[in-house]
Amino acid sequence: MNAPNTAGWRPEMGEGHIAHDETFTGNRALMLEERLIFEIGDTSTTGVDIDPAPAAASRLGGLARAEAIGLPGLSEPETVRHYTRLSRQNYGIDLGFFPLGSCTMKHNPRLNEAVARMKGFKDVHPLQPRETVQGALAVIDELAYWLVTLTGMDSVAMSPKAGAHGELCGILAIKAALEARGEDRKVILVPESAHGTNPATAAFAGFSVENIPATEAGRVDLAALKARLGPDVAGVMITNPNTCGLFEPDLKAISDAVHAAGGYVYCDGANFNAIVGKVRPGDLGVDAMHINLHKTFSTPHGGGGPGSGPVVLSAALSPFAPLPYVKREADGSLRLVEEETAAEDQPDSFGRMVAFHGQMGMFTRALAYILSHGADGLQQVAEDAVLNANYVLRSLEGVLDAPFGHSGPCMHEALFTDDGFAEGFSTLDVAKGLIDEGFHPMTVYFPLVVHGAMLVEPTETESKAALDQFIGALRSVALRAKRGDPALKTAPHFAPRRRLDETLAARKPVLAWKGDRGE
Amino acid sequence: MTRYFTQDHEWIDVDGTSGVVGITDYAQSQLGDITYVDLPAAGTAVKKGDAPCVVDSVKAASDVYSPVSGTITAANDALGDAPETVNTDPEEGGWLFRIDLSDVSELGGLMDQAAYDAYVAEL
Repeated sequence: MNAPNTAGWRPEMGEGHIAHDETFTGNRALMLEERLIFEIGDTSTTGVDIDPAPAAASRLGGLARAEAIGLPGLSEPETVRHYTRLSRQNYGIDLGFFPLGSCTMKHNPRLNEAVARMKGFKDVHPLQPRETVQGALAVIDELAYWLVTLTGMDSVAMSPKAGAHGELCGILAIKAALEARGEDRKVILVPESAHGTNPATAAFAGFSVENIPATEAGRVDLAALKARLGPDVAGVMITNPNTCGLFEPDLKAISDAVHAAGGYVYCDGANFNAIVGKVRPGDLGVDAMHINLHKTFSTPHGGGGPGSGPVVLSAALSPFAPLPYVKREADGSLRLVEEETAAEDQPDSFGRMVAFHGQMGMFTRALAYILSHGADGLQQVAEDAVLNANYVLRSLEGVLDAPFGHSGPCMHEALFTDDGFAEGFSTLDVAKGLIDEGFHPMTVYFPLVVHGAMLVEPTETESKAALDQFIGALRSVALRAKRGDPALKTAPHFAPRRRLDETLAARKPVLAWKGDRGE
Repeated sequence: MTRYFTQDHEWIDVDGTSGVVGITDYAQSQLGDITYVDLPAAGTAVKKGDAPCVVDSVKAASDVYSPVSGTITAANDALGDAPETVNTDPEEGGWLFRIDLSDVSELGGLMDQAAYDAYVAEL
């Protein structure tokens, strides 16, 4: 154990093994090769000086551990270096452009972080006496006000933890509303251009899912949807703008038709960034929509932070909203409506989705984002996000096939296909080539409605210079794929790891270290 | 025994009222490397167009639609350890499930080999 790192070239390999691109250590200049912590740590040593634990009678019976646990004994500097080295192999939005379509990987303003770290927000506990957390409750109430205002809806359930959880909240509200009407409707219609989580949510809530085809222009086929409506249809789940990066201009007509048939409209709000401040989903007849605070309102999605998926509800669904929620009293004080008072305040609530009232840290960040941008700033967010996506779309004209490029501008994301690549070259090769160029790849193979999809969402926080560099890199890699450059098939060449065997990783995943501890 | 095809790229071999269902070579080539097959349990009743089986590939999880109505009588359990058989031998050894047809007349809406080949050539 604790052997030196000798992954690379060694003198005894001889002249036949030229060390032009290998080093003794496997390190590449100051990018350090790093092994697993179990492989660098030695169980026979310890990096800290702690007295042995006092002997105590075991109360575990026969369940006490018989063998040593085998933890590596690293010193503090070894440990710090291990994780710092690993962090240098990571890629995040603070490092560079992250054009992951349908994910809105925008910059998270540092103002948000300063606000979230204020003592009165970061140190509160959900079980504190209400009178000591009035400020935190006011943040939830204020944010709720802005979410309802921006969407033109009746109310908002703040507690769902992220997008798919928000979908479940909306669908459970629809289910509760149908039950209250005494109707047993079993089918949720999901257009092909919807997010992949939509059918999963509907199925999870006990509905059966039926697909609605897309038109040539990448939109919902209104006629096909109308033809399918009937007394068995509970509702429709639609993503707007959709996963082809296109606005659904027929959404109002869809909502009217669904309502006339007795159903409800769930809108996936994951792409709200493209329309925030410009379009109010409530005006389009939407009954429920989740808002990804961690996308539209910049809370740290790209940093691996938690999500938050409040759900705005129409007047028809508001009575069924989950507990708890913040209520402002006549005297201006704030309280939480929970089970104790639900019979009086919210008798038809479908229940509770989470233990407490939601992602407080995301609420403070999102509210800081909204208030610092203001109404005009939020409008500009949508405008610049759409402008940037169209700049990418048009700049790659003639290089990459844009399946819906003919049907007008896109919204916040540009969709391309693998049409025109040389035989044997695929979207995956382009994604790997982009890694060599220093970019996180775009979303690939989604949406499924086009072949070899590449979905690029630049967001509004990228400068023209950053976009130009990405466009240049993507153009270069795409041309290599069209020309059939064999070197592209083995990309990435400069990443810490080369092309991984994704098939083997999926078929025979190794999820835990199984090295020989030998104790 | 007669082989029929669907527009969703399933094939079914029918002998009397018993059928064997799989996905076509074209389907596997579009899906890429198959990593897992979620097979239906014997005894499951399905309607034509239901999705009793899901095929996971490195690109996506895809439903396999039953070409006919009936009752599942067996599944190709060998795919549990060797899902790649669907890639290497999709139209024989990579079969997915056996089904006892409840309405043989449904076969009338399916394609024969020549019609399916022409359909794929159009895609």
